[in-house]
Amino acid sequence: MPKTAPPSLKILPAGVPAPDFALKTTPDQDVALRDFLGRPVILAFYPADWSPVCSDQMGLYAQLMPEFKKFDAEVLGVSVDGVWSHLAFAKERKLNFPLLSDFEPKGAVSRLYGAFEARTGEAARALFVIDRKGRVRWSYLSPDGVNPGAEGILAALEKLG
Amino acid sequence: MAGTYTPPRLTLPVGDRDHAQGPAEATVTLVEYGDYQCPYCGAAYPIVKRVQKEFGSGLRFVFRNFPITNAHPHAAWAAETAEAAAAQGRFWEMHDFLYEHQRSLGEEAPFAREEARLKLDVPRLAREVAAAAYAPRIEEDYMSGVRSGVNGTPTFFIDGVRYDGYPEFDPIVAALRAASSAPRRRK
Repeated sequence: MPKTAPPSLKILPAGVPAPDFALKTTPDQDVALRDFLGRPVILAFYPADWSPVCSDQMGLYAQLMPEFKKFDAEVLGVSVDGVWSHLAFAKERKLNFPLLSDFEPKGAVSRLYGAFEARTGEAARALFVIDRKGRVRWSYLSPDGVNPGAEGILAALEKLG
Repeated sequence: MAGTYTPPRLTLPVGDRDHAQGPAEATVTLVEYGDYQCPYCGAAYPIVKRVQKEFGSGLRFVFRNFPITNAHPHAAWAAETAEAAAAQGRFWEMHDFLYEHQRSLGEEAPFAREEARLKLDVPRLAREVAAAAYAPRIEEDYMSGVRSGVNGTPTFFIDGVRYDGYPEFDPIVAALRAASSAPRRRK
């Protein structure tokens, strides 16, 4: 079945510096992108916690952490959910990487990456692989309702060398 | 970034290594990546059976393991048990039994009874499961899924292309028909 990505969105392309940001991951802890300089970062925007599937996108990445660690890569999940939702979601799905709360001002970081879907007020399913120097090396916008999986991320990490 | 979307493709072609039902020369092949403890796979199980009945020998169905072990504590055990039964020629019987008794996963008695009923070499099976004898094969299934765009369970591929529709009877049948243009079979 043909599907198309949201036509209104233009996510950041490969080649540009990844805009820095700091977001809350717990009520009293911020995570900044610059904290990870020197390591590849997988930045995964997603619409909402609690999507009703087994091994949703975030669960799959948690399961794949050993593969990502082979590249010394860190995963950061970003949605507009609040920190309390993130904490409960991460605990329930046994997620082993930070979920960042793009909550206030709502969607500001998602917008910075061109990944805010104003129609729904949520982040789109947009993926970025950022290299050790903080540059976007691969980006991908998934069509509505399609969980992108991980094969594009792994291929991009392999190309980083 | 807008444009026509191309679903990912199966990177490990269906072959002799696979557990398959239906003839190799069937007009269309359906591959499922599944987890025996995943309730959505459990819900898809009778649907796949209906789909197989609908297409008869026109369909080849292949099952590959995609255990989500961080969420499902019995998924690895179940995959090992099915593979150990496969080593004794009873893969599909055990596959079906596991899905039909998904809610009993974690208990011993129902599965022990089934192993006996299938006349399996039970000590051998127990030994192999305890040693995770088929872990390399399960891992190969799993990583082939990861590299093919499996994004949760169940994930289906129709003639090697990921199926992004709902795991329900009508849309799967429609997608299989579109792939095969096979005439409807009547019994």
